[in-house]
Amino acid sequence: MNATAAALNLAPLLDVRGVSKSFRKADGDALVVLEDVNLTLRPGEIVGFLGRSGCGKSTLLRLIAGLDDPSRGVINYLGRPVGGAAAGMAMVFQSFALFPWLTVLENVQLGLEALGMPEPEMRRRALQAIDLIGLDGFESAYPRELSGGMRQRVGFARALVVHPNILLMDEPFSALDVLTAETLRNDFLNLWGEGQLPIKAVILVTHNIEEAVEMCDRLLIFSTLPARVMGEIAVDLPQPRHPDDPRFRALVDRVYVEMTAKPRGERVGPKSERFPGTGIGTTLTHVSSNVLAGLMEAVAGPPYNGKADLPAIAQELRMEVDDLFPAAEALQLLRFAEVEGGDIRLTEAGLQFTREDTDDRKKLFARHLITYVPLAAHVRRVLDERASHTAPKSRFFDELEDYMAEEGAEQTLRTIISWGRYGEVFAYDDHRQCFTLENPT
Amino acid sequence: MRLDRLPISVLRTRYVPGGWDLLAFVLVFAFFVYAAQAARGLAGSLAHLEAVPISLAPSALVGYSARTALRMLIAMSASLVFTFTYATLAAKSRRAEVLLVPLLDFLQSVPILSFSITLLFFLQLTPGRVAGAEMAAIFLIFTSQAWNMAFSFYHSLRSIPDELIEAARNFRLSPWMRFWRLEVPFAMPALIWNMMLSMSGGWFFLTVSEAINVGHTTVTLPGVGSYIALAIEQKDLAAIGWAIGAMFVVILVFDQLLFRPLTASADWFRLDQEVGLTPSHSWALTMMRRSHFLGLLARAFAALLRAGMRPGATAPAALERRASVWDAGWVDYAWYALLALMGLVALSKTAGFVLGEVRPAEIGQVVILGLITLLRVAVLIALASLIWVPIGVWIGLRPRVASIAQPIAQFLAAFPANLLFPIVISAIVLHKLDPDIWLSPLIILGTQWYILFNVIVGASALAPDLRYAAENLGVHGWLWWRRVALPSVFPFFVTGAITASGGSWNASIVAEVVSWGQQKLTAHGLGAYIAEATIQGDFQRSVLGTVVLSLFVVTLNRVFWRPLYARAERKFRIA
Repeated sequence: MNATAAALNLAPLLDVRGVSKSFRKADGDALVVLEDVNLTLRPGEIVGFLGRSGCGKSTLLRLIAGLDDPSRGVINYLGRPVGGAAAGMAMVFQSFALFPWLTVLENVQLGLEALGMPEPEMRRRALQAIDLIGLDGFESAYPRELSGGMRQRVGFARALVVHPNILLMDEPFSALDVLTAETLRNDFLNLWGEGQLPIKAVILVTHNIEEAVEMCDRLLIFSTLPARVMGEIAVDLPQPRHPDDPRFRALVDRVYVEMTAKPRGERVGPKSERFPGTGIGTTLTHVSSNVLAGLMEAVAGPPYNGKADLPAIAQELRMEVDDLFPAAEALQLLRFAEVEGGDIRLTEAGLQFTREDTDDRKKLFARHLITYVPLAAHVRRVLDERASHTAPKSRFFDELEDYMAEEGAEQTLRTIISWGRYGEVFAYDDHRQCFTLENPT
Repeated sequence: MRLDRLPISVLRTRYVPGGWDLLAFVLVFAFFVYAAQAARGLAGSLAHLEAVPISLAPSALVGYSARTALRMLIAMSASLVFTFTYATLAAKSRRAEVLLVPLLDFLQSVPILSFSITLLFFLQLTPGRVAGAEMAAIFLIFTSQAWNMAFSFYHSLRSIPDELIEAARNFRLSPWMRFWRLEVPFAMPALIWNMMLSMSGGWFFLTVSEAINVGHTTVTLPGVGSYIALAIEQKDLAAIGWAIGAMFVVILVFDQLLFRPLTASADWFRLDQEVGLTPSHSWALTMMRRSHFLGLLARAFAALLRAGMRPGATAPAALERRASVWDAGWVDYAWYALLALMGLVALSKTAGFVLGEVRPAEIGQVVILGLITLLRVAVLIALASLIWVPIGVWIGLRPRVASIAQPIAQFLAAFPANLLFPIVISAIVLHKLDPDIWLSPLIILGTQWYILFNVIVGASALAPDLRYAAENLGVHGWLWWRRVALPSVFPFFVTGAITASGGSWNASIVAEVVSWGQQKLTAHGLGAYIAEATIQGDFQRSVLGTVVLSLFVVTLNRVFWRPLYARAERKFRIA
C-alpha cells in the first residue's frame, strides 16, 4: 500500500479552509493576492505548491506557518486554529536565512534554545541532526565558509532538529546550482523514504515543475495574482522517480497543460481590466527583447518549425517556468505567438519577425506594441498630444496604481520603458524620470 | 557511540593556563587597579577638589589620563544602554517612532556646550560631593557620543532582512533571545563604526566636558581635558605637547584593546563578504580567543545571557499576536493628539522663557549669526572636499596606503580644536588677520576626516573591472576623474559630507571663540553666541541660540542633504 493511500485514513495534520489574503494598497483599496484556498494535509505526504514566482504561494506558506494572518478563512493545525508562529512547523528558506554570526552548531541549536532545552540534551539533538543531514565535521564552521549546498543542509538540520510535524519548504533548492540541488533532493528523498526524518508531512513551494513531479505526492497548481488553486494533480509514481521515465514525462506535460490553461470562471467586476491585454490595467512582467527574440527564433527553427511543446523547449533552452512563462505570455500579448495546451505556436507575425533584420524587427515590434499593448499606445498618445512631448513617469504611475499594487505598477512601467525603447516608440529619461519622444541624436 | 562524538571546540574544556592567559590576567587586573584608583576621587568632597588644583606636571597626566579614560568608558556604556533601549523602542513601536526619531535628529544637532546648563542639576543631586560634578562631566561626554550610535542601531533594526526575522519567528525565539541573537549581532558592524566616531567626538569636546563653566559655577575635574584647559590659560606650550602625547597613548590603548578586537570580531557579523577597511586581525582578540581565563569569563557571561532567555523563554504562540484594544485606530488619534498637546505646551513654555529676556529683534540677529556660520560651514566643506576627495581616491586605490592612513585619520578626528589655539592665535595676532575668516578652519578641523574616510572606502570599493575597462579604453586625466573616479565615490562622499557638516555646526562652539592665556579672539557666528551666553550663565540666550542652530541643521538636512543623498543613491549605484 502506498503512503498516500495510507495517509487518507489518518486524521489531517493541517486543514486550510477558504483562506484569502489581501493587502492594502497605498490608495486604501485591497489587493487580493490569495483567494479561497482549500487544502488538507495528511501524515505521510509531500504536497507541492506549484506556481510562478510572486504568485502568492509563498504567502500561503507563511500563513500556514503562522507568520501572518489570513484575511478570510481558517487554518487549523491538529484541529486548532493557527495563531502566531506555531510549534510543530519548521521552515526551510530559499535564501537559507542562516544567522551569519552563529556557527553551524549554534544555528542548528537555535530552535532548541528557544524551547529552553537543557544544554546536554540540546547538544545531543543538534549533533544528531547534523549527523543525519551529512554535516559532520562542519559543526564549528560559520555559514560564510560553506558552499550553497552545505548552507542549505544547515537550513534543513535547523528545521529538522525541532522535530516538527510539518516541514515547510519555501523554494529550498532554487538558489542552488542544478547539480547541488539534485544531490540535496536525492538525499532528502532517501531519508524521507527510509523514515529517518522526524517529520510527518512536507509542504514544498516551488516553481520548478520537474522538481515538483520528482518530490511530491500531490501538486496544487496556482494561478498568478490572485493565487487560486487552478488544479490538483496526484503523482502516484513510485520513488525513486526518473525524469526519463515516460510516465514522468507525461506528468510533466500534464502540469504544463494545466498551467497554460485559460483561466476558468474569470469574474468581471467593476474594474473589468482583468483579462490579459485588454486595458492599461494589465500588470506586465518584464522580459527582455533579447529573450523574446531568442524564444521566437528557437520555436521557428528546426525541429519545431513554428510550434513547440513547452516542456521540450524549456529543456532545450534551459529555461525555468519562471523565465519561460512570462516570455511566452509576452509573445502572446504582442500577438507573436499563441500559448495553449502546453504548446507555443508562432503567429504569422512571429514567423516574419524571425526572418527580418534588426531594423525591420524593431519596426514590426513597434507596430505590435502600439496595436496590442494599450499602455504603450496610451503613453504614445499622451506624448503626441503634449506640446512639450514629455510626460512624467509619475503621471502613468498614479494611473496604474488604480489597478495594481505599487510594485506591480513599478514593474509594468519598467517593462513598457524597455519595450518602448527597443521599438523606438518613445524614449525615457531616467534622470528626470519622464517619458519623451526625443532620442539623443 | 556516535552521538557522543563531540567536536574538538566543544570538548576542550580543561583549564590549562597558557602564555595568552598570563597576558590576559595581567591586563585585566591592571585595569581593575587603574579603575579603582581613578574612581577613588569620586567619593571626595567638592571643597577638597577645589583645594587641589590641576597640576601641569607631566607626571600628573598619568592619573588624569586614567580618569578621563574611565569617564569615557562609563559614558560609552551609558550610550550603549541608551542605544539599546531608545533605538529599540523607536524601531519596534510605531507610535513611539513618530516622536523618538525626530527628537533624536534634534538632539544630534544640539551642541554639547548647550547641555552644560545641566551642571547645576547634577551638582544638586549630591550636594558638596564630587560625584555630582563627575556625573555632569560623564553626561556631557555622553551627549557627544550617544545620538549617532542610537541612529545607527535604529537603522540597522529597520533593515534586518525579512527572511532572518521570519526564521527567528518560525523558531519561536523570545523577544529577549531575538534581541541578542539576531538584532544586536546584525547591528554590530555599523554600531562599532559609530562607537569609534563617538569616541573621537568625545575627545574633541573633552575640555568642554571636564572644565565646566556655567555662569558663576565652575567645576574643573582632574582629567586630560582640564589639563589642556589650564595649559591654554597659562600659555604653557610644553604642557600642550604632553597633553597631545597622553591623548595619543590613551587613544592607542583604546584602539588596541577595544576597537581593534571589536572590528575584527565584527567581521563575523557581516552578512556579506564585503571587503572593508577594518583591520581583520587583532592581537587583543587573539588573546581573548586563546586565553582560557577570558574564555571562562565569556562562558559565564553567555550562561547568564542564556539564563535570561530561558524562564518562560518562549512566548506562547497565542500571546504573540493578540488583537487588543491598543491596536484600535482611536488610540492612534489619542496618542497623536497628546503629542501635539505636549508640543504646544513645550513651545509656549520655551517661547515664554526666552521672550521674557530676549527682545524679538534679537531673534533676527541670531538668525543672521546662523547664516554667517552657515556660510562658514558651507565654504569649508567645499574647500575640504576639493582637498580630500582627490587624496581619498588616491589612497583608496592603494590598499596598503589605505591601511596606514585610516588609523591616522581616526586619531586626527579625535584631536581637540583647543590644542591648535596657540598656533592659530599667534598667527592671527602676528599677521593682524581677520578672525572672522582665519578662525574658520577650526570649524572643520575634526570633521573633515569623515569626508576622507568615506572617500577612501568608496574608492577602495571601486570594481576592478571598471578600472581595467577605463584603462583599456585609454581614459586618463580629467576625463578619468569625471567619468570614473568621481561618480563612483560620489555616494560615499555625500555620506561623509553629511557627517562632516553636522559635526562642523557643533564644532562652531569651540571654533568661533578662541583663547590663549588672556588673549581671546571671537568670530561672528552662532557658535560664539551660544558659547558666550552659556559661559555667562545667560540661559535664555543659550536656549535661543541652540534652538536656532538645531533648526538650521535639521532644515539643511531635509532640504539639501537628504535629496542629494537620494539622488546619489539612485544615480550612481549599479543595479
